[in-house]
Amino acid sequence: MSAHDRHEAVAGPIWTPFFKVVALIVGITVVLMARRFTLGLGSSTALSDGYPWGLWIAFDVVTGTALGCGGYAMALLVYIFNRGKYHPMVRPALLTSALGYTTAAVAIHLDVGRPLYLYKIPVSPMWWNLNSALLEVAVCVMTYIVVLWLEISPAFFEKWERGPDGFFKKLANTFHPIIDKIMVPLMALGLLLPTMHQSSLGALMLLGGKKVHGLWHTPLLPGLYLLSCVGMGYAVVAFESILSSRTYKRPRETRMLASLAGVTGWVVLIFSGIRLVDIVLRGKAALIFQPTIQSLFFLVEMAAFVVGGLMLVMPAFRNTAAGQFQSAMLVIFAGTLYRIDTYLVAYNPGPNWHYFPSVPEMLITVGVIGLEILAYVVIVKTFPILRGATPAQAAS
Amino acid sequence: MPVDRRKLIKGLAVAGAATAAAGVANAKIRPRKTVPTDAVGMLYDATRCIGCKTCVVACKQANDMPPDSASTGGLYDAPIDLNSKTKNIIKQYQDGEKQSYMKAQCMHCVDPSCVNACMMGSLAKRENGIVTWHGERCTGCRYCGIACPYGVPKYEFEKSFPRVIKCEMCSHRIAKGQIPACCEVCPRQAVIYGKYSGLVADAKKRLADFPDRYFPKVFGLEDGGGTQVLYLSKAGISFENLGLPDLGSDPVPELQQTIQHGIYQGFVAPVALFAVFGAVMWRNRRAQEKAGEVKP
Ligand code: SF4
Ligand code: SF4
Ligand code: SF4
Repeated sequence: MSAHDRHEAVAGPIWTPFFKVVALIVGITVVLMARRFTLGLGSSTALSDGYPWGLWIAFDVVTGTALGCGGYAMALLVYIFNRGKYHPMVRPALLTSALGYTTAAVAIHLDVGRPLYLYKIPVSPMWWNLNSALLEVAVCVMTYIVVLWLEISPAFFEKWERGPDGFFKKLANTFHPIIDKIMVPLMALGLLLPTMHQSSLGALMLLGGKKVHGLWHTPLLPGLYLLSCVGMGYAVVAFESILSSRTYKRPRETRMLASLAGVTGWVVLIFSGIRLVDIVLRGKAALIFQPTIQSLFFLVEMAAFVVGGLMLVMPAFRNTAAGQFQSAMLVIFAGTLYRIDTYLVAYNPGPNWHYFPSVPEMLITVGVIGLEILAYVVIVKTFPILRGATPAQAAS
Repeated sequence: MPVDRRKLIKGLAVAGAATAAAGVANAKIRPRKTVPTDAVGMLYDATRCIGCKTCVVACKQANDMPPDSASTGGLYDAPIDLNSKTKNIIKQYQDGEKQSYMKAQCMHCVDPSCVNACMMGSLAKRENGIVTWHGERCTGCRYCGIACPYGVPKYEFEKSFPRVIKCEMCSHRIAKGQIPACCEVCPRQAVIYGKYSGLVADAKKRLADFPDRYFPKVFGLEDGGGTQVLYLSKAGISFENLGLPDLGSDPVPELQQTIQHGIYQGFVAPVALFAVFGAVMWRNRRAQEKAGEVKP
């Protein structure tokens, strides 16, 4: 059995009505993006000196990359914990990761005020401020995007190798063997980089100091971000697997997902446990019961984590596709809220400052996600990413 | 199969623990930053300020800042807070009988959060301790705004190629042998410029000479790790009343830096982790190949 049997491109035309609608939305938001670049951030966003970071950082970048951790989480499970049976799920997960991270990179260009200068980060190591957690994130994410596309590149090569003679075939014939040879260090890098930058994304807000609410500001932020991104990664893999098998009429992976659900559930429950114990030990438990918007968001967030986690470990839920879908949604929701809370709800720059994303800000976020969906559809319909329609026996 | 999973996980756990231990062993207490020997600074004495705002006008002129007339419907320059057109502002605190003015500007922290945050050193602390902004290195990420505990760095949101605006202690004037514009024009010498050490002595002397006139503390000696702009307040009016946060004496970046440096010290832990990942994967793969299974 070779990789070719396990993954197949989805048959059917790319230009479905759904695709056209998404493309239209993206087209409209491209106009808004152009406006943002010409007229400045003030014209399009609700950002202010009090809230210099908003939806685009908290959701598109910080949450977006965490949702892109499926590849990381699956690779950890398959290659480190040696659970070979999940192997067929690695490639789709890697694609969602590559797209998720690339999308986040697009969002960063929209968000920073001087995107023209972003190129200076990779080319000016002599300027690097090694104390900056944001630099660590930037360099890691840039590298990781390259690593992810290299990891997924065999899917492209497999197609081109069988295609007509020409540039792509030559490309595939030259590089496929090289990639195969360096796959182990590449994948090790693919595990190291998210470990580093996902924890650093938590560390970023440590610098907010007293401006960040006590329920979120903890020395454990890096660890909590790491743990929750793994949980979110599994949830996204389950979500994507169920959705794509339904949309593209592929065999359901309910059984495999059921055991994956167990792993996810425990990760999420351990996360919730650490989070609560930490709050108690830091003497901040009283904050939970204060009538503030922060405590409300905290309770919703924790409830979603705990309920989602419990559903995932309970056989009654995790063995059915519906239960898997609902619990995955809950974990995705909880992890998203946790990030938005840390960056926005928990952030208090003082009186007189308010932030709620503006309409163009939200539409551009929608457009960025739309772009990701379009790319996903094109790629799975062109290249062997998803599991074949004829289910092969999973390895080991 | 079967690769001895238990053995592998055990090996991984040991390796992971070793990595973590390397990190912890490296987590030295971060040495406290001290004020540079040539440090300059400013001292603002609220008991002397009459709220004339001459310094606000002078600051605008000296720094080529446009007027901010939003609050007056375009009539005249009247900023209501620090913003992208205003590096210096006089605010008023009033609570019944108690009244005070307050000069807000960059504090030129001894261990500046903004400098720690900035990716390529666009914000940098100079030899004399002044924190300046260098546009050619700024990506406009605005992390400095998140990091600064005093809400100082401001941002030209209305521009397509924005700058970060903050008081740079009139470095361009100091370079020419002049003193900061605000200090030069103040008719009451409520804000003065000088060597940091001299200013500290001056402030302490004022407190000692007129204890009933002042709130009994010099703000900035150690707040948030210390600042090179020092403040004195009127008796009965705390610095929090004046809008300066109570940061304690720990430098604001200390917690984050201790953690990050603990993890990344000498890059030992990441390299170790990379080696562990690589080794485990290679072992798994070889075991699978031996067992006659496909390579991944
Ligand atoms: S007050 Fe803010 S902007 Fe000024 S040096 Fe300190 S951290 Fe930086
Ligand atoms: S906005 Fe500019 S000055 Fe501020 S932290 Fe980012 S790169 Fe540095
Ligand atoms: S030192 Fe210069 S820039 Fe700073 S407040 Fe005074 S006049 Fe303005």
